[in-house]
Amino acid sequence: MTDVLLKVRGLKIGATIYPPGEKSREIEIVHGVDFDLAPGKVLGLIGESGAGKSTIGLASMAYGRGGVEITGGTVEVNGRDILSSGLRDVRRLRGAEVTYVSQSAAASFNPAKQIMEQVTEAAIFQNKFSKKEAEERAVELFRKLGLPDPENIGSRYPHQVSGGQLQRCMTALALCPQPDLVVFDEPTTALDVTTQIDVLAAIKEAIHDTGVAALYITHDLAVVAQVSDHIMVLQQGAMVEYGTTDQIINAPKEEYTKALVSVRSIDHEEKQPTDTPVLKVENITARYKGTDFDVLKNISVELHPGQTLAVVGESGSGKSTLARVITGLLPPSQGKITFDGRELTPDLPTRPLEDLRELQMIYQMADTAMNPRQTVGTIIGRPLEFYFGLKGAEKQKRIQELLDEIELGDGFQDRYPAELSGGQKQRVCIARALAAKPKLIICDEVTSALDPLVADGILKLLLNLQKIEDVAYLFITHDLATVRAIADSIAVMFQGEVVRYGPKSQVLSPPFDDYTDLLLSSVPEMKLGWLEDVIANRKMESAGN
Amino acid sequence: MHPIVKLVAQRLALGLLLLFAASILIFAGTSILPGDVAQQILGQSATPEALENLRRELGLNEPAITRYFSWLGGVMQGDLGTALTNGRDIAESLGTRLSNTLFLAFWAAVIAVPLAITLGLLAVRYKDRWPDKVISAVTLTTISIPEFMIGYVLIFFLSIQLPQLINGMEFLSDGVRNWMLSNLRFSSVALMNDSMTLIEKIKSITLPIMVLTLVVLAHMMRMTRAAILNVMQSAYIETAELKGLGMLKIIRKHAFPNAIAPIVNVVMINLAYLVVGVVVVEVVFAYPGMGQYLVDHVAKRDIPVVQACGLIFAAVYIGLNLVADIVSILANPRLRHPK
Amino acid sequence: MRIPLAALIGLFFTGLFFAVAIFAPFIAPYGMAEVVGDVWEAPSDRFLLGTDSIGRDLLSRMIYGGQTTIFIATAATALSFITGSVLGFFAAVSGGWVDQAISRFVDLIMSIPSLIFALVVLSVMPTTITILIVLMGLLDSTRVYRLARAVAVDITVMDYVEAARLRGEKIGWIIFRETLPNALSPLVAEMGLRFIFAVLFVSTLSFLGLGVQPPQADWGGIVKENKEGINYGVSAALYPAYAIAVLCISINLVADWILNRTTSLKGGRG
Repeated sequence: MTDVLLKVRGLKIGATIYPPGEKSREIEIVHGVDFDLAPGKVLGLIGESGAGKSTIGLASMAYGRGGVEITGGTVEVNGRDILSSGLRDVRRLRGAEVTYVSQSAAASFNPAKQIMEQVTEAAIFQNKFSKKEAEERAVELFRKLGLPDPENIGSRYPHQVSGGQLQRCMTALALCPQPDLVVFDEPTTALDVTTQIDVLAAIKEAIHDTGVAALYITHDLAVVAQVSDHIMVLQQGAMVEYGTTDQIINAPKEEYTKALVSVRSIDHEEKQPTDTPVLKVENITARYKGTDFDVLKNISVELHPGQTLAVVGESGSGKSTLARVITGLLPPSQGKITFDGRELTPDLPTRPLEDLRELQMIYQMADTAMNPRQTVGTIIGRPLEFYFGLKGAEKQKRIQELLDEIELGDGFQDRYPAELSGGQKQRVCIARALAAKPKLIICDEVTSALDPLVADGILKLLLNLQKIEDVAYLFITHDLATVRAIADSIAVMFQGEVVRYGPKSQVLSPPFDDYTDLLLSSVPEMKLGWLEDVIANRKMESAGN
Repeated sequence: MHPIVKLVAQRLALGLLLLFAASILIFAGTSILPGDVAQQILGQSATPEALENLRRELGLNEPAITRYFSWLGGVMQGDLGTALTNGRDIAESLGTRLSNTLFLAFWAAVIAVPLAITLGLLAVRYKDRWPDKVISAVTLTTISIPEFMIGYVLIFFLSIQLPQLINGMEFLSDGVRNWMLSNLRFSSVALMNDSMTLIEKIKSITLPIMVLTLVVLAHMMRMTRAAILNVMQSAYIETAELKGLGMLKIIRKHAFPNAIAPIVNVVMINLAYLVVGVVVVEVVFAYPGMGQYLVDHVAKRDIPVVQACGLIFAAVYIGLNLVADIVSILANPRLRHPK
Repeated sequence: MRIPLAALIGLFFTGLFFAVAIFAPFIAPYGMAEVVGDVWEAPSDRFLLGTDSIGRDLLSRMIYGGQTTIFIATAATALSFITGSVLGFFAAVSGGWVDQAISRFVDLIMSIPSLIFALVVLSVMPTTITILIVLMGLLDSTRVYRLARAVAVDITVMDYVEAARLRGEKIGWIIFRETLPNALSPLVAEMGLRFIFAVLFVSTLSFLGLGVQPPQADWGGIVKENKEGINYGVSAALYPAYAIAVLCISINLVADWILNRTTSLKGGRG
């Protein structure tokens, strides 16, 4: 074995794009990248969307997804140039020497075949192991990855196990043929935070135990810091910085890397509650039509003017349902909501216009929250004419003021949503909400579809606007780092109930209840050895019990 | 009970219900619509006595509900009533015609289905390259021409022009030309009788088979292409590729099990379509099948025949769609292996 | 905006056919039912396409026939669109049992093949042009209904529609300013396909002798009148086939283009 497992030099990757109504053309998406990976080492590839990290990862298997093609440079695996070798040789490499773990295991497993067959397929096909050996190996890996009932889980079909379990099965699939290198492509991104930590720990242990090398691709620096030896930071298809994990995290050299490291470190001082809350939710219980269980159980929270209440929980906790109840989209079966001193009627059509104006909403997906056939000017202008009857020059002036407030400036009025970047779209949605001069804005996961740096910008903008406009936010999120950055008070939700509620400082300090503890300790921190500490702590606790 | 059995039973019951509702619709369509049926049949010059006689004969003086149930009761026992025009038992006349129609549809399907799937696979294999483009251009053309016109175009070129062309090829010896004339003969009339051998029968319906094949081929091929593309673009196909499997193995092991349901669905829907196409094609080629029988009697306003034929066509159509539904259920791994 | 070549060709021929249909009396060299020559004369300077089975000018028959066919198809398409999309939007916005009732009834109509259903009805109804239009329009409206309903349901769950409702907008604004502009393109493209289907359908009925009645000309009828000629090598019956093919392919090209334009709006305007 050579001392370099994977050697990449001058890698250039192109893609064919098909702009509507025009001829297709070639663009370059990776502009010459070099790196080495030694056997048994883990290299983290980090960058925002469009950085080319997945494309580079797949290039180490000589694979281009969709219209993607490797246009230049060399990739050597175990001393062989895999780009110049024929398809037969590449096939002998894939699934044997290099394997792949994708972001969505649910889509990557064939729904019509049992898990065991798919996990062992490559190992058997590539003549690495006999069927019996491969199956024994698979069971061993299932056990190592902490899957329940490792002896029998292989006989299940993909839809019969949970998302987190399937992601571990995918890891077993990649490790089963005993490869030299595994490409992990955002393996934990789609998972809830408390599931992510288990899968992450399982992957890390499996890498360690099998001595396999890995390329770990993610947009989350805190995650990659837990598993990799080296980190390469990418931006728009080019390398920004390369170094040991320690150096990148603790002593980043480049501005871009520094920005990535300091992301999620907005400091926000908690405000004190006032006498009269702007929103008071009392004993709300709600269920969806045609179901027989309550999605919200006896929820009571308060939000004070000009402050932020963060509602935190994982998927299925009921946090978005709470927003629907407050906006009147889902009338509750019990309880009452007081807004600005007056009681809100349970369903939307009966609410006076004034209530609607003062209570605005911003959505997670800015893409679907704006009508693709309306210009930015129309989108922001509509609430102005609808609520305040503004017309002509007066309206134009106000639109421009709002655009300035969201830091977009001139020339955006006539653009369509499709012409904006993700961050810009979310800013326009914020402007649309502000146009109504609301007292309260419900923010439903407004940053979770955005890249970390862009999300940071949005959070800073929201905080700034809160100071200027004195507006209150009900901030719904699954991300505790966001909560730290923006909240004055916090409600932690779990299975339809508020399990912990109070001022931020109090909610985030011990003693914790079990769920909040689990949630808080599961959020990856930007420091080395965090994962080991958490796992060790949890083991100690469970031993203590 | 396994949930899949329950689902299939539900679908079957639904199919029966649909057929029942369709029978009401067909009956209502011919009975309750405005206009005096007797008048329509006999024309404006009919005498009042003749009209009254016909009304009594048709039972038109009784309420529609009574007439419907007595008709339905008859249908259940295989009694389709008698034709107004010639007084013959409809079930008897239909027997051989139905089998002729099914014979034609069967051979059209035998040729069209494998051809469509092969072409669909080819189009996927060479997606966006010239074979794909040629196939889609040709199919677009055949979709854009009604069945009967394809029929006459084929008759014009194959049964009329081709023999002339062959006769004109004087560089060939007489023997070759005669051999070609007798073997490349496409009859513009599709005769069918019991004394013919199977080969003779198939030869007789060559042109109708070609027309029907062209007609369903386009739809079937396009839908097959879409179904296979959908499967081939799944992430699990990429997983298989990244395991180093060859294309053939990927198709056989990973694409096929997931593509079978959509393809069977496509085939069934197009067979249903074919059964309708048969109606027109039979008229073009004067083929003694059910379609021609139906069209003839619509023109003669022979309502019992129209009702009987309409019901049978609807039953075949509903039945084929039902099979498509059930295959989809049976092939779905989520339903076959519930949590 | 650049229009791709295929769509331009489609637009050109579609326009040409409609223009000829509208101005038929000024363009046709002879009257529709005027006997001007011998039976099945070959094409000549006097009769560009020759004459038909009783000596009428075939080109004039084709032009007038096109007028009838295109008129019936247009009227039937318009009817199917108005009925189908109004009911579809209504069902989608109403939901509940209204939606269920209309949808199940449409399922039932669609469980019987259109041609068979039409034949059953035509066996008791007189075959006038009005009845043909109403029958075809209503039968085809089931398909429009399904699309319109699906599109409307899709759009009403979009966040921007919810945002408009939360703003307090009236139903009129939501339908005409939020929903319709986004639903229009798929519906217009579908209109092209429905028109093609109507042309094929009316031609088929006329060919079967159950559509447009002689001496009125229409493309399906011209085939029926001249089909015997084929056995003598007269290609008169084939011209309608060419005309229908060119018209339908042209409309298909335009419909494809409209659909692609819609998807591109969602993807980005580059």
